[in-house]
This record gives sequence, C-alpha cells and structure tokens, in this order.
Amino acid sequence: MNLNLKKESLRKVNETLQSIDRKSNKKIFKVSNPDGNHAICAGLKDEIEVTIDGHTGYYCAGMNMNANIIVNGNVGTGVAENMMSGTVHVKGNASQSAGATAHGGTLIIDGDTSSRCGISMKGIDIIVKGSVGHMSAFMAQSGNLVICGDAGDALGDSIYEANIFIKGKVKSLGADCEEKKMNKKDQNILRSLLKKASINESEIKNFKMYGSARKLYNFNIDNVSEY
Amino acid sequence: MCGIVGIYLKNKKYNSQLGKFLTGMMNSMATRGPDSAGFAIYSSEKKKKYKYSVCSNTDQVKEISKKLSKQVKDIKVKSISDHLIIETAMKPKKFIEILKNHDELSLVGYGSCIEIFKQVGNPKDVVKNFSLEKFSGSHAIGHTRMATESAITTDGSHPYSTGEDECLVHNGSLSNHNNLRRSLQKKGIEIKSMNDTEVAAGYISNGLSDKKSLKETLLDGLKDLDGFYTFISGTKNGMAIVRDEIACKPAVVAETKDYVAIASEFQAMAHLPNVNSAKIFEPEPGKVYSWGK
Repeated sequence: MNLNLKKESLRKVNETLQSIDRKSNKKIFKVSNPDGNHAICAGLKDEIEVTIDGHTGYYCAGMNMNANIIVNGNVGTGVAENMMSGTVHVKGNASQSAGATAHGGTLIIDGDTSSRCGISMKGIDIIVKGSVGHMSAFMAQSGNLVICGDAGDALGDSIYEANIFIKGKVKSLGADCEEKKMNKKDQNILRSLLKKASINESEIKNFKMYGSARKLYNFNIDNVSEY
Repeated sequence: MCGIVGIYLKNKKYNSQLGKFLTGMMNSMATRGPDSAGFAIYSSEKKKKYKYSVCSNTDQVKEISKKLSKQVKDIKVKSISDHLIIETAMKPKKFIEILKNHDELSLVGYGSCIEIFKQVGNPKDVVKNFSLEKFSGSHAIGHTRMATESAITTDGSHPYSTGEDECLVHNGSLSNHNNLRRSLQKKGIEIKSMNDTEVAAGYISNGLSDKKSLKETLLDGLKDLDGFYTFISGTKNGMAIVRDEIACKPAVVAETKDYVAIASEFQAMAHLPNVNSAKIFEPEPGKVYSWGK
C-alpha cells in the first residue's frame, strides 16, 4: 500500500499505520514524499514493514513497537527516540539524539550521526556504520552502541551499564567512561549485532569496547570540599 | 526556536528564481518563528551607487521622496510595503546623517548590492507583503523569529546589518552581549537595539573592518561570543555558517552543483530543484563553512 504525503495529510498517514487490522494480510507499506516532515511513522505498534522514500524530519519512527521501518534517506533529530522494539534502518545520515532513551529494538544507520547518538539509551541496540558526533551514549543506561567509524568528544559521559563497541578513533572519553577488556560473551554480543547489520564478523578483532568505570555510582567523600 | 535559512546560487540560471526559492524556505520555517520575519537579498552590484533599505512609519512616500530629493541629488525611491529602497550615489556617512533627521524613517541596512526587509507578523504574511517571490539575485538570507531576548518589534527582527553589505541571522541566544555591546560601542560600532544578535553583527563588522576575512572573524567569535548559536552571515561575496561548540541549535546544508542551501530543518529545502540528489550534511560544531566568489 502506498501512502503519498503530497496527497494525504501526515496525521492521516500516521493514523493509517497506527491502526492496522491485525487480521488483514496487508503488512507492507510505502510512504512517499516525506519532504522532511516531522514524526513520520511515530507510534507504530504492529508487525508491519514500512519503507519511507526520502528524507524525514524530527522524531521519525519515535516510540516504535514491533514495526520494521526503512528510511531511504536522511533523518532529523531523534530518530527512533524511545523505541520499545522492532527495527529502524536508516540508509542515509542521522541528525542528533538518534535512538534517544530507547528501551529496545534495533536501530541501524548506514551513514553518520551527529551529536548525542544513544543519549540515555535504556536497552536499544544501535549500529552506526559511519561516525558519531560529540556526547554520544551520554548517560547510557543499558543496551549496545556499535560505531564502525570514529566518535567525537566526550564519548560515554556519565555512562551506566551500556556497552560501546568502536572500530575507529575516539576523540575523547567522557567522565567515568573507560576501555574494557572484551570477553567471549561481549564478543558474541558484538558478533550478533554485526550480523544484524550485514557487517563481516571477522571485523570483531578491530573493535574496542568501552563502558562505565562505576566511579560515579557513589559519592566520593574525598570530593566533599568541592561542594 | 527561530528558523534560519540561506541560499547561495552557483549557477546564474537560477538568479531570477532566488525570491521564489527563499519564499518556500521562509514559509516552511514559519512554525519555528511566528513572531516576525526578515530577509536580505543580494543582487548585482551597481558601481558607485548605494542602496539604503529603510523602514518607514508613514505611507506618505511621495512627500518623503520630495523632502529627500531636496537634500540629495539623483535619488531614486522604490516603495515596497512599509519599506523604501533609496538609491543614490551619496556615500553612507553623509546619507545616514541626513536620515537621522527624519524621525519617520529608520535604516535597516545599506550597501551596493544588499536590500533588507523585516516586519512583525507571521512570516507567511511578511513574505507576501514584500512580494519576496519576485526578487532575483545571487544569494539571500532569511529569518523567522520566536522572540526571547528582546521585544517583538521591527528593531528586534533579523537580519541585522551593522556594516556595508553585511547581514546576520541567528538561532539561539547570547549571554555576554551587554559587555560586548559596551566594548564595541567604544570602538565606534553603532548598535541601536538591546538585541543580542545585533551585538554579534557588530562584532562581525568590527572584525571585517580590521581587514579580517568573514571566516577568520567567525572563528574569533567562537572564543568571544558566549551562548547558543547557529549564525548565517552574508557579505556581498557570499555567505557563511557557524555553530557553537555545543551545537544545540540545528542546521542542515544541501549542496548541488547549482546552489548551496542552509536551513534549520530539511523541510525548508524540500522544494528546491534536485534536492534529493544533493550532498546533505550537518555543519560540525565550532567549524566555519563559507561559500562565495
């Protein structure tokens, strides 16, 4: 089914995609002429496949549950923000705060993302084939961020229990983020994520892993004079 | 919020459509700034002539023209909505003094190729009032304002122009503009309003008058201007964009072989020719990008 945003309103298109007849066989949809509109495919909750043909604006595929959404273009701020499950695959670049606060699902970005990729992520798996901007994985709580390119300043600042796997250079690490030794279990996690994004598994050896030094978990009494 | 847009045409075949392109860009950014709007258009340079863009609070255009032509020879006055474009060979220093004696007129910008228009109201109405669609030229910069730092008046609207053929639009807010205003005023830069962006425009004028390039001046600004900003700055040779190091304020650039377009959001450029095959990227924080002759 083709939904044309030049002919139908954004609200109508989103309503159609949000109220799927679960008994119907219609599971494949296409959205054409997105023209940078905001909140395209936000709040989907069924196992459908939607292809968006072109560039989108803010919060594309926000709050996604179950749906498989493919964007043939770039996305604006907050793609797949607060996603619960399902897959979002961006064929172009993403703006800032990609996958912000998301609880689950998989976000694959073929290009680069700008700043704050995976900010406050809570269980999502994010795979970026290009590079990420500054403050990525800021206060990341759970889940995995895989970066095939480089990372900007302050990677993983104030990180909790999420994992960051990176192949390229890290411009600088944020507070309480440190390099970790990758064990078998970590390698298996990375292997399955690379597979999901159709990246050759032999690349595993080129990745480094970062996580929390856990020094900010409790107040350090030696710092009392700072306050 | 606020929306900022800019377009620089590399291919002259589009010059006659500059106003049409900018109209579409401003209209789609109306949601980011419904309080007021303004734009600067750069068209071909007229040797030894100056254009003064003036906002008038009276509709007695004929009388104003008459009065002015008594003081200035060879004057041509074009009236568009509440603005007048006054063309004369008289040099800025002299002409600006004459304008100061006319309380009903306030200068919004001047130069050999710039024309500036700004007005309070929804951007969609403002561009209609000035018939932006009909304008042609080589490059243009626009702004839709959601007021934060100063009142909703024409004086508080962008673009700001504090030097010949210069202009600046800004999305964000500056926190050290009061100190900076005082130090620039001491250096003789005229800053009329209490608005933060006008101070940044004055800062750029000061840099350019020190014989620095626009790029150098904007790089210095990264050290001296404190606050959040994405700036688009125009000169008669082209335009430049810079974002502060934190890069909270959005910007996206689309470049094709025919033009470079900048906007707060991609949707402002969706109507431009062949934009889907353009090179699209977000300017990196703390880096100056410029295009021009």
